[in-house]
Amino acid sequence: MIKPMRKLSSSFALVLLAITALFVGPVSAQSLNVDIVGGVKTATPIVVVPFAQQGGAPLSTDIADVMRNDFNRSGKFRSLAKSDIVETPSKGSDIKFATWRLLKQDYITVGRVSDAGGGMTRVEYELWDVNKQQSLLAQAFTVPAGDLRGVAHQIADQIYEKITGVRGAFWTRIAYITAVGLGNNTSYSLIVADSDGFNPQVVARSKESLLSPAWSPDGRKIAYVSFESGNSNIYIQDITTGSRQLVSSHKGINGAPAWSPDGRKLALALSYVGNPEIFVLDLGSRQETRLTNSLSIDTEPTWAPDGQSIYFTSDRSGRPQIYQVPAGGGAAERVTFQGQNNLKASVSYDGKQIAMVQGNGNVYRIAILDRSLGGQVRYVSPGPIDDAVSFAPNASMLLYAATEGSRGVLYSVSNDGMVRQRLALADGNVQEPAWGPYRQR
Amino acid sequence: MNKTVRVALVALLCVGAAACSKKAEVKPQPPMEQNTQTQTQASDGKYTPADLDTDACLRQRVVYFDFDKTEIKPEFQQIMACHAKYLQDRPMSHIRLEGNTDERGTREYNLGLGERRGNAVSSALQAAGGSASQLEVISYGKEKPVCREHNEDCWGKNRRVEIVYTAQ
Repeated sequence: MIKPMRKLSSSFALVLLAITALFVGPVSAQSLNVDIVGGVKTATPIVVVPFAQQGGAPLSTDIADVMRNDFNRSGKFRSLAKSDIVETPSKGSDIKFATWRLLKQDYITVGRVSDAGGGMTRVEYELWDVNKQQSLLAQAFTVPAGDLRGVAHQIADQIYEKITGVRGAFWTRIAYITAVGLGNNTSYSLIVADSDGFNPQVVARSKESLLSPAWSPDGRKIAYVSFESGNSNIYIQDITTGSRQLVSSHKGINGAPAWSPDGRKLALALSYVGNPEIFVLDLGSRQETRLTNSLSIDTEPTWAPDGQSIYFTSDRSGRPQIYQVPAGGGAAERVTFQGQNNLKASVSYDGKQIAMVQGNGNVYRIAILDRSLGGQVRYVSPGPIDDAVSFAPNASMLLYAATEGSRGVLYSVSNDGMVRQRLALADGNVQEPAWGPYRQR
Repeated sequence: MNKTVRVALVALLCVGAAACSKKAEVKPQPPMEQNTQTQTQASDGKYTPADLDTDACLRQRVVYFDFDKTEIKPEFQQIMACHAKYLQDRPMSHIRLEGNTDERGTREYNLGLGERRGNAVSSALQAAGGSASQLEVISYGKEKPVCREHNEDCWGKNRRVEIVYTAQ
């Protein structure tokens, strides 16, 4: 179903790696290699002209390049390759629309960058409709010179929203775990990076397994599971200050933390009662409320966007399937019926789509259940050993973990499954992805 | 996939294969026809810590499971019996049962599966005479594979409970 139709030049990843190398700080993590597979003929064609630079030192970030990559991996847009951009206007008044009509482009973005003094950079851009020759957006940002990738993502978000009507989610962050080394020499890191895999920063390190990172709704903290003390325990760590608190260390499994939409509670899987059950921990009062009671494995809770119910994985029917239980307690109802195994639900912001890991025989792929389409399931990954999935906050893309050879890699994939971007370490495994919330502008 | 990646993958596969063949050494022997306990036990018929290194049954510390199964297979019943006897003979001894799974499915669900297998071995050891206070179960799920290839042979080596003596 996913046909690799096009791949950006293999030097692409290396070029981008060279660019990020300039930003390496004391807590930077090993860079991810990034490349894109797939492509959609029906995607909207857009040209992002290289931004003109007026004075100042050469920029370390090619803003237009970052935007083109964002548009391409969304699956909604197909941006004209840089090498095909024959003219380089930097203002709307300089655009020769006939040129871009001939190249069958629907939209054009032009922009310019100038030194604003005091280490600040001014970035201006305009979005035009090629056929109507009409200005759609024009805006300026003044930002620290080191934040040009962030500006590029924010511009891409504004354009994405203007054209599709859906809020863009390029200016967001992702969390994941890296495992480098083999056997007892493996070292684990919890990493936070930009949504395109750039600017990876180490949040926590451990000689033992780390798993299940979960973003707080305000994007400031991450809850995760660490085996550093021998058993699985759950910690909450502040991303910026690094301060950390132990929130669950019962006997047995302390796993699968998930924040409530209001950020006040954590749903967990705890097995000190004999087998894994879903609990809700009130982070203020520290009171634990048990939600499930079965002899099966109940785990991987995730909140419905309205906070009224919790989805979770349970094998009470013999095989793991997704269930839903009222957040205040009550009877659980089975949600998935198609597929031998369904695990680890991720729910879209509107609650209509449930992404999950679906296993049939030895093949585990990412499936999306659309509840508005009567329970229809479609696949967005080829498998065969995919094991985690997380929706972007606008549900236009998903991030999932796959295994290639003996290496763990991440893919971001467009919601229609047509475009995938691989995020891989040159040396080591990348796993347990979690897409963060929108950032505050 | 570009050439560099392919080369890297081949290299990793080789590492994985090496890890597998190394670990194959600890695969449990087929059940012994004869009861080996008589030749290594102390004169009072009780096990001693030295037997952990020399007794053919006690040296077997890994219990393997069928796919999606938690039952202890018949060929491991003798191992259950000798370790349970050791626990009885040495009341201060203590075992940590480390539950592990194959790579299929999510990490958190596999934590549950590993714990279920650890509990199954714990129950079997208790049924054979071990005491609950001498046993502890920890699940690593799919976090600690001994084999990294994607086939049933490898998965079978990873679906295991390791018997670790934390006090002899």
